[in-house]
Amino acid sequence: MFGKVSFKGGVHPPHSKKQTETVAIETLPAPEKVIIPLSMHIGAPSKIAVKRGESVKIGQILAESGGFVSVPAHSSVSGKVLSIGNFPHPLGQNITAVEIENDNQDDAVATEPLDKDWREAAPGEIIQKINSSGIVGLGGASFPTHVKLSPPSDKKIDTLIINGAECEPFLTADHRVILEKTEEFLTGALILKKTLGANDGIIAIEDNKPDALALVNKTLQDSKFSALRLVTMHTKYPQGGEKQLISAATKREVPSGGLPMDVGCVVQNVGTALAVYEAVCTGTPLYQRVVTVTGPTVAKPANLLVRIGTPIRNVLEHCGVDLTKTKKLIIGGPMMGLAQPELDAPVIKSTSGLLTSMEIHPGVKSYNCISCGKCATACPINLVPSLLARYVEKDLYEDALDWNALDCMECGSCAYVCPSKINLVHFIKLGKYHINAIKKAASKKE
Amino acid sequence: MAEETAPSMLHVSTSPHIRHNETVPSIMLFVIIALVPSFIASVWFFGIRSIILTLVSILFCVATEWVIVRFLLKKPSTLSDYSAILTGILLAFNLPPDLPLWMAALGGVVAIGIGKMAFGGLGNNFINPALAGRAFLLASYPAAMTTFCPTRQGSINGLAQPIDAISQATPLAAFKESLANGTFQALDFQAAIPNLLTGNVGGCIGETSAIALLIGAAILWYKRIIGFSITMTYIGVVFLLFWIFNGVTSDILSSDALIIATFQIFSGGLMLGALFMATDMVTSPITTKGRIIFGIGCGVLTFLIRKFGGYPEGVSYSILLMNLVVPLIDRYSRPRLYGKVSA
Repeated sequence: MFGKVSFKGGVHPPHSKKQTETVAIETLPAPEKVIIPLSMHIGAPSKIAVKRGESVKIGQILAESGGFVSVPAHSSVSGKVLSIGNFPHPLGQNITAVEIENDNQDDAVATEPLDKDWREAAPGEIIQKINSSGIVGLGGASFPTHVKLSPPSDKKIDTLIINGAECEPFLTADHRVILEKTEEFLTGALILKKTLGANDGIIAIEDNKPDALALVNKTLQDSKFSALRLVTMHTKYPQGGEKQLISAATKREVPSGGLPMDVGCVVQNVGTALAVYEAVCTGTPLYQRVVTVTGPTVAKPANLLVRIGTPIRNVLEHCGVDLTKTKKLIIGGPMMGLAQPELDAPVIKSTSGLLTSMEIHPGVKSYNCISCGKCATACPINLVPSLLARYVEKDLYEDALDWNALDCMECGSCAYVCPSKINLVHFIKLGKYHINAIKKAASKKE
Repeated sequence: MAEETAPSMLHVSTSPHIRHNETVPSIMLFVIIALVPSFIASVWFFGIRSIILTLVSILFCVATEWVIVRFLLKKPSTLSDYSAILTGILLAFNLPPDLPLWMAALGGVVAIGIGKMAFGGLGNNFINPALAGRAFLLASYPAAMTTFCPTRQGSINGLAQPIDAISQATPLAAFKESLANGTFQALDFQAAIPNLLTGNVGGCIGETSAIALLIGAAILWYKRIIGFSITMTYIGVVFLLFWIFNGVTSDILSSDALIIATFQIFSGGLMLGALFMATDMVTSPITTKGRIIFGIGCGVLTFLIRKFGGYPEGVSYSILLMNLVVPLIDRYSRPRLYGKVSA
């Protein structure tokens, strides 16, 4: 068997996955109303394709792709378009979205799988199908998947890595997908590997999911999956970060400012592989996803299959969340997730989890930096976060840039270990914002 | 849809939303706990005097910080981070048992007042406050600071056959004198090593027992509060340099050379300094690379002072001097960026 692999740096937060890791995926009943934003991905927003009052079916395109780095948005219910207007978006600002009233008929448009077996299809046909199905990276970054599958001709991709690390504490959505949709997501991996023309297909899973490792290992014995191999990784945060995953699985280092394709790798999340399978083999576009709902104020923690556009409020109500005790709601995991004040914002394609917290902010009392260096040891990309925070605090943005502030991926490892409880990520984010603003101003002058 | 518009009570903040439970006070507390074995050893060898000296030092360190923070800076008290108590203990550990108590009190005031608070308190001081206090006392009252009494067990330099001329000298002073007056071969320095390990020799109250210090350091290594990089390079460099430049024999494979090197690392303040003073987080470099440079620098300086300097001991000045170049070390020991593209 393979030895366990990992990367340099990182932290070991408590896994906190017990509440939901053994809870099977449950389908959340479709809500009365969904709100589907036109931007649920990185890149150009989708272009609206329906009108107010129009009847729509499940899987019908509500908005067309807005460019190459863009995907269409599909309806997740059947019913009537109530309005097209500004609605709260889980990433912050209000944004144009389509509000649909559910008629509870669940009428779906005729699904159209690929017209031939995927093994015989050309890469272009598969990429087209993935694009038209609205698939984006479901791990959190929501980068359109078809773009990752279309590298420039000078970048030869030899390795596909399926990210099953799920290194964020509390989250178990990917874990459950691996257990319950094993053949499906592995088939998705095969499709992705074939599309890329990669000769190595790696399924990478952390060793805190022994049941998932055992099941995938067993399933991979089947000759139809012989093109894939399983890699066991040590449980460490942020093992699921693209660069850390590539380091662990291939020993390659993505250049600073570069992309995985620069070292011949493409990383796709487990959920994305499943979505690819469903798009290509059953013709189902991406209109629902698995969301982990957990936290100390959740009465019934669950892994829910949620229609995209379902207001967060509905999901929380279903799981019996005690909002009077909830001080904070986090979208995603506790390390990188966004605190969300707006319960009417919808679940979107990148919503991997809803986590409640009874604390306003952990470690409210902060101290001066004592230069312990734990942040530098924890940083997976070898920055010195305490120094960056000091530079930003003193408005020394050029120094922060010189010390590679822009390479920070905001994984939060530094702030997690900081004994002085300094909000290092906050300072670095602020610094990046100012540096980018300065750069922009400079390029305008030229 | 009739939505109840209860005011949102949800808070917003930057990620991460969970934190490790280690805090500045918890680190300070563990260092204090790690010093308890040495404290017990000091009471064993120097009696009640070391309790009184330690209490006076802590009291004046804590009081100085409290007065400065509350009355000069008019800010909430910072005593709850325990760093003032730690400074008090470390200062006392660097004082001879018979030092007049008012000197210990003065040392505490200088350590906190000038060594720490003048620069903005914990985290902003660039020299180790306890060592600042010690250096002040050593420069101001050199006689009192270098007069050592024998242990309660009657040992002063740990040697089996004390010679009149060096009978009141600590092990390091005895060694230096023996080289100067050519009595090295007549003395059995090997016999002193067990006494150096247990602490049955004259010296500052907290520095004599190497075993007690190592037990304490093991706690900190286990809790990952201190690493090995500074301590190991510091002690290693001192050992290596005294092994090669032992001043007695050019044959480094001879037992004399090894005895001298071993004697040097276990005597004086080296163990206390390398384990607990040089590893002070605030005044040491941030990265492992920087810490190795720092440790080597401390080792070389300690060797130079012990070998060529006027004092038999050089640990505290070595660490203080290296403290001063920490910002420079930090600047030039930048870790290699992940994915750095070589130009």
